[in-house]
Amino acid sequence: MSGLKLSNVIKRYGDVQVIHGVDLEIEDGEFCVFVGPSGCGKSTLLRMVAGLEETSEGQISIGGRDVTHVDPAERGVAMVFQTYALYPHMTVEENMGFGLKMNGVPKAEIKQKVGEASRILKLDDYLKRKPKALSGGQRQRVAIGRAIVRGPEVFLFDEPLSNLDAELRVEMRVEIARLHKEIGATMIYVTHDQVEAMTLADKIVVLRLGNIEQVGAPMDLYRDPDNKFVAGFIGSPAMNFVEGVVEEGGTVRMPGLGDAVAPASVALPAAGSKVIVGLRPQHIRVDPEGDSHTVDITESLGGVSYVYANAANGDRLVVEAREDDPMPRGGKVGLSFDPANLFFFDAETEKRIR
Amino acid sequence: MDNIAGSKSSLQWAVQLSVIALVLLWLFPTVGLLVSSFRTADQIATSGWWKAMFPSEQNLVIRAADPDDEGVQVQQGDLWVIEGNLFALDGRSQGEISVWGTSSREIDAYAAGETAELKDGQQLTVEANGDYRLTAPEQMTGRGQRVFLTAVAPPEFTLDNYHSMLLDPNNSEGMAKAFFNTLTVTIPATVIPILIAAFAAYALAWMDFPGRAILIAIVVGLLVVPLQLALIPLLKFHNNIGIGKGYLGVWLAHTGFGLPLAIYLLRNYMAGLPRDIIENAKVDGASDFQIFTRIILPLSFPALASFAIFQFLWTWNDLLVAKVFLIDASGETTVMTNKIVELLGTRGGNWEILATAAFVSIAMPLLVFFAMQRYLVRGLLAGSVK
Repeated sequence: MSGLKLSNVIKRYGDVQVIHGVDLEIEDGEFCVFVGPSGCGKSTLLRMVAGLEETSEGQISIGGRDVTHVDPAERGVAMVFQTYALYPHMTVEENMGFGLKMNGVPKAEIKQKVGEASRILKLDDYLKRKPKALSGGQRQRVAIGRAIVRGPEVFLFDEPLSNLDAELRVEMRVEIARLHKEIGATMIYVTHDQVEAMTLADKIVVLRLGNIEQVGAPMDLYRDPDNKFVAGFIGSPAMNFVEGVVEEGGTVRMPGLGDAVAPASVALPAAGSKVIVGLRPQHIRVDPEGDSHTVDITESLGGVSYVYANAANGDRLVVEAREDDPMPRGGKVGLSFDPANLFFFDAETEKRIR
Repeated sequence: MDNIAGSKSSLQWAVQLSVIALVLLWLFPTVGLLVSSFRTADQIATSGWWKAMFPSEQNLVIRAADPDDEGVQVQQGDLWVIEGNLFALDGRSQGEISVWGTSSREIDAYAAGETAELKDGQQLTVEANGDYRLTAPEQMTGRGQRVFLTAVAPPEFTLDNYHSMLLDPNNSEGMAKAFFNTLTVTIPATVIPILIAAFAAYALAWMDFPGRAILIAIVVGLLVVPLQLALIPLLKFHNNIGIGKGYLGVWLAHTGFGLPLAIYLLRNYMAGLPRDIIENAKVDGASDFQIFTRIILPLSFPALASFAIFQFLWTWNDLLVAKVFLIDASGETTVMTNKIVELLGTRGGNWEILATAAFVSIAMPLLVFFAMQRYLVRGLLAGSVK
C-alpha cells in the first residue's frame, strides 16, 4: 500500500500563499498527472510531496505514514527532474548507484540493481560513460533509471520531457507509459502539456493558481468539464467560447455562431442574462454555402485542417475540418453544429451550467 | 565572437596596441632579469642584456707573462723572447682582437698583426687570435707588459650565478634556504584558507540558516578592508595570545587576509551549480556533508584551482606580511622577497646576484601560471556563462 494522501495542504512564502489548501488522494499504483499553466503551483506541490519544500500547513501521507515533516530521503520517493540533474562528474553507473551508496547498500547489491534498471531502460552499453557523452533521451533514461534503482514507493516526475525535442518526447512518453505498466508503482507526473497528461494519466489533476480545478480520468475531464478553465485546458485545439444570450423558452441565442438559436436542456438563468457557450473545434462543420463567418487562416495538417473563422461580432472560432470535408473557397463560410455538443458556463463564475 | 557579421569594432587596433604594449611592458624586465642572471659581472658592466645574444666589443687589459717567472723567457739567437696567448693568460675572455695598444691613452694604436716598438728596443706583436710575441735584445725584468685590447667576444652565458646562489653551501647570501622558507609559508597559507573557505562557501550558498544574507554581506564588506589597516592590531593580538612571530603567525595572517575573497569566489561558483543536482542528492539520501564532499567539491574544482593559484601567487610574492609577522634575528625564516630586499642593501651593485635572486623568486609564479592558466581563466569566468 503506497498511496498518497494530501489533506488541506497549504504553502506560503512569507505572506504570499501559493497553494490554497489542496485535498487529494492518489491510489496505489495510479499514474497521476498534475497539469496547469505555468505558475499554477503544480511543481511546488510536487516538491512538497518530495520534501524539497516545507509544507506550511496540512498533512502529506505516503502509504498511510505521515511524512509532512520527514526528510526527503526518508519519504520513499524518487524524483526525476526536468533538467535530468545528473551528477556530471560520475559515470552512468555511479549516477544510478549514488542513492543506494548513500544509504549504505552493499556494493554487490548496488551492481545488481543498477544492472537490472539499465536492462529495463536499455542503458547497458552506456554504463561507463559520463552524462556529457550521452544524448538528451539517454540522459533522461539515466535520470529515470536512477529513480528506479532506489525502488521507491512513489515516483515523482517534474516535467521530465520538456527539454527533449518533439520526436524524442513522443518516444519517451511511450517509454514512461511502458515503465509504469511494468513496475506498477505510484507515479506523480507534472506537465503543462495536456497531450502528455491525456495519454499517460489514470487521473488528471488540473490546477490553477494554487487550487485544484478538477480531478478525474482524462476522458471524464474532456467530456464533462466542471468549469470553463478545465474545458479550455483539456483538448487540443482548445475549446471555442462564444457569448450567448438566454431567451424565453430555454433557448440560447449565439451571435458568434451566426446568430444561431440552440435549445439547452440545462438549468439556464433568467431570460436576457448572458452565458458563455463552449464548443469544441471537432464538433463544428464548415458550411461553404453560408456567409456568417470570414475565414482568417487555414492550417492544413494533412488528415485534418484547422480553419480560423471570425464572426461578425468579433468572436474568433477554430474549426477542425476533415480531409474530405468541403473546403471553403471564398472568404465567407457558414458553420453548423449539433446543439447536443454545446457546453454552457455561467458568465460570472465560469462554472458549468448543468 | 569574431564570426558574428558586422560586429568588428573600429577600435580593434586600439585593443591590439594595448595588448602589445602590456606584453612588452611585462616582457622587457622579465627577459632582462633572465638574461642578466646568466651573465658575469663584467659582461653586465660593459654591455646591456639586450646585446648578450650578439658578439660584443670589449676593452680588456691583460698583462703579458711575467718575465721573472721561470721558463717564460727564451733566448733565441741574440734575442730574448716571450711568447704566448693573451686570452689564455686571462683565462676568461675569448674573442678576436681588432686593435690594441700598450698605453691607456692610446688603446687603439695598433691593428692586429702589427708590431709595436717599445722602449729599450723591445718589440711586441699581437695577432688577432691573441697570440703575442715580445722580443728584447737583453734579458727582460720587471712586471709583465700591459696590453690594452679591443676584442670582439662571442656571446657567453654562465650558470655560475645560479650555482653560487642556490647550490653553494658556503654562500651566506644564498637563496636556497630562503626558497624553502617561502615554500613553508606559501603551501599552508594556500591550503588552510581553501579548506575553510570551501566549507563556508557551501554553507553560505546552499544551507538555510538565519542571518545568512548578513554574513554574505559582511564577507563582501571585508573584501574592501585594506590589509595594511589590520597589520599592527593583528600583530599585537598574535603577541598577546602567544603566537608571536613565526610561521604559524604568518599562516594565520595570510589565511585571514585571503578568506574574504576565497569565500566570495567559491560561494558565487557554488551558488551557480544547478539546484536540481543538489536537490536530487538530497532525495537520494545524501547528508549535507556528503553532498559537499561528493557533489559540490568535485564540481567546484575549477573555482578551487583558480583561487589556489591566486592565493599561492600572492603569498609567494608577499613582502609586507612576511616583514611584519615573520621577523627572526637569526635569519632562519627569511623568505625570498625579504632576502632580495636585504641583498639590495648589501650587494646593491652586483646585478648578477640580484638578477639571479629575482629570477629564482619569479620562476615559481611563472611555472604555476603557465601550468594552470586554463583553470585561472575558467575559474574567473565561472558562473558568467551558463
